[in-house]
Amino acid sequence: MSKAAYTDHLGRPLVAVTGMGVVSSLGQGVADNWSALTSGKSGIHPITRFPSDGLSTRICGMVDFIDIPAPNAVERSFAFARETTVEALAQAGITGEFGGPLFLAAPPIEPEWNARFDLGDRVKPEQMTGNAYEQFLAVLRDKADPAFHEAVLFGSISERLADLFGTRGLPVTLSTACASGATAIQLGVEAIRQGRTERALSVATDGSVSAEALIRFSLLSALSTNNDPPEKASRPFTKDRDGFVIAEGSATLVLESLEAAVTRGAKVLGIISGCGEKADDFHRTRSSPSGAPAIATINAALDDAGLSIDQIGYVNAHGTSTPENDKMEYLALSTVFGDRMADIPVSSNKSMIGHTLTAAGAIEAVFSLLTISNGTLPPTINYDNPDPAIPLDVVPNVKRDATVTHVLSNSFGFGGQNACLVMSADPA
Amino acid sequence: MTHTRHQVVVTGIGLVTSLGVGHEAHRDQLMSGTAPSRVVDSTSFAPYTIHPLPEIDWSAQIPRRGDQRQMENWQRLGVYAAGLALDDAGLKGDLEACASMDMIVSAGGGERDINVDTLIVEESRKRNDREQLLNEKLTTELRPTLFLAQLSNLLAGNISIVHKVTGSSRTLMGEEGAGISAVETGFARIAAGQSTHCLVGGAFVSERVDMLMVMEAIQGLGKDADAPFWSADGSANGMNLGTAGAFLVLESLEHAQARGAHVYARLDAVLGDRGSREADRLEQRLTRLADDTGASGGGVDTVVFTGATGYPELSARERTFLQSRFPNAPRRTLGALFGHSLEAHFPTGVALACLALDDDAPVSPFAAGEDAVTSAAANTAIVTAIGHVRGEGIARLTRMP
Repeated sequence: MSKAAYTDHLGRPLVAVTGMGVVSSLGQGVADNWSALTSGKSGIHPITRFPSDGLSTRICGMVDFIDIPAPNAVERSFAFARETTVEALAQAGITGEFGGPLFLAAPPIEPEWNARFDLGDRVKPEQMTGNAYEQFLAVLRDKADPAFHEAVLFGSISERLADLFGTRGLPVTLSTACASGATAIQLGVEAIRQGRTERALSVATDGSVSAEALIRFSLLSALSTNNDPPEKASRPFTKDRDGFVIAEGSATLVLESLEAAVTRGAKVLGIISGCGEKADDFHRTRSSPSGAPAIATINAALDDAGLSIDQIGYVNAHGTSTPENDKMEYLALSTVFGDRMADIPVSSNKSMIGHTLTAAGAIEAVFSLLTISNGTLPPTINYDNPDPAIPLDVVPNVKRDATVTHVLSNSFGFGGQNACLVMSADPA
Repeated sequence: MTHTRHQVVVTGIGLVTSLGVGHEAHRDQLMSGTAPSRVVDSTSFAPYTIHPLPEIDWSAQIPRRGDQRQMENWQRLGVYAAGLALDDAGLKGDLEACASMDMIVSAGGGERDINVDTLIVEESRKRNDREQLLNEKLTTELRPTLFLAQLSNLLAGNISIVHKVTGSSRTLMGEEGAGISAVETGFARIAAGQSTHCLVGGAFVSERVDMLMVMEAIQGLGKDADAPFWSADGSANGMNLGTAGAFLVLESLEHAQARGAHVYARLDAVLGDRGSREADRLEQRLTRLADDTGASGGGVDTVVFTGATGYPELSARERTFLQSRFPNAPRRTLGALFGHSLEAHFPTGVALACLALDDDAPVSPFAAGEDAVTSAAANTAIVTAIGHVRGEGIARLTRMP
């Protein structure tokens, strides 16, 4: 291969994906997930982690099949990320120290309620003055609790991943809300383009669903209350969609400069050809009515990839199943793609796995790359009552064979976070 | 090392600490020749000492009451400091510049509702069905908007809303390391030509009993209000949390010159790392970071801004390392004057370094009697941060000719 074949339209190093791992409510591993996803299977189920009777939402896509030593968000998020990273590195054929930077999308961490109750139980009668935290402080002055400390630090997940996999430098732990997974990939791509490294590990994990997390989203009216049956709750782009289904999962992508990947004989699974972002200044939870920031984000990703709208063959939608997102996403897509929109299939993985929040952008990037390599478009399930205001080809209910070279994947989040990725087939 | 194609300079500083609001308030106290008096509160959270939020008129940077109400103090402080930095850089209200400006924020989590948490803990002592109790109380007692005030990435979200910075928005987390990574990432992007101007910084509010709890879980907090930062034996006397909002406008030199911006200093290098602290592994890593950032030797015109946490042994190790690496350079102990501000600590150190490099006067000692008095204005500044449990970073900055 000539040197030019290793660089993009701007002369930057092309960034290849050489390993992938995924965990979602559909199961563990790329193969099982892809099989379930293309079969139109839902991973949404009743909540079992905590009692949910009395709550307006009683369903989820939580992952409870991976063993954790203690029930908290750090342990769970770490365990998911460890599993997907082991899988991704095995596929990439990388053993020993990884030797490149780690970019980790992880959920914001707070003490679990079981930890607060536990601290509360340790308060001696004479310490029961003041607010709960003053009482906890009295307990901790008596006896330190390093395990509790470590369980509430934002940096403790990346710390363990860095030690386990031998990543280089200070890992970056990030949160751009529901766009976090895409941002983790973007940071990896940037580092390789900067020439700082030949490889990067992009990981996005979320094992943070608790009663409080669920109730917080409920209070913002963001969650579906279509509890029965659970697998029918997430119904993106339909007229009766009523919110997202909260879920968990993780994905890891091994990123390498294409040149380095080819040189070491690694199998190239696809190319991250473009990344775009643009923040929204309209509102904390709602997006600009004009869709301008989402439009700008999609355009930025296409520009970064050096592709025209004619070259995108499929869109992996953010498609949360909230009234607001799906309407805005259609507005943005139809504005960017114009008349071509009718010819571009757009499907939402969230119809099956729910909204994996911090992990979503990376899990959906894995599925986008699998779409290219397998020539199969995963469906949007539960598409029984199409929203006439959103005339998209959503690949309704059943997968479809299609040859796709370039995929656009959207991620939009609270706080005006927008990030889009373009993924492409191996140019070789 | 990054192949640097663009020089990176600092053109805007937004700084709020217990010493005051804005860089002028800091300059007045730090360049006067004598160690400023620290501003602390040792009674509100006794036995702990904290460096409190100064008197501040939020409306000066957050004009809409509605916006102020959507935030707790942590977010308000960050949005306020970001506004100061934009103002200082001459970019506030420049919609075009802000719409293309990148943003990297180092953030923790927001304030808990102490009353609701207390109510639930008290109630839990009378009931066996705690999970049911939790569902009942959280459903009825939580303020819906509190979630957004607590969410890490909503500090950046509020900066977008209030100041219209929308080129990009990234929130980094992970205590001290988040602050290091924010500056490092912004620097690397501008140096590589991926960005031309970037707002970088963080905020931390010390007056939070929920944060005191986190730090006291490993008994790291100082409990003697009268103890100086440094002990006579070279160790430290425990961490005192400090409030800080610190934002910087980073630009490529070309971008700054093209618009005639005032340049505080050049950011030459910034790097972070982590790993085991067993034996001399920490010192080896610091040595490598110092080598790779070009931070070495230095005479009296080099000032080292140390972010030592106040953890006794850890701070002693940092002090010993700095003493041997920079034997002739005066040190300035951030923690002694400002307290420790976790995610905002490293950006605060960089901001203070910029003030020193922009001034003709020497920077005063921060820890009276421990930080050496110097008669020379700084030409080079080294900024360190060693996280209380993990993460280390070093930045090197130079006075602009």
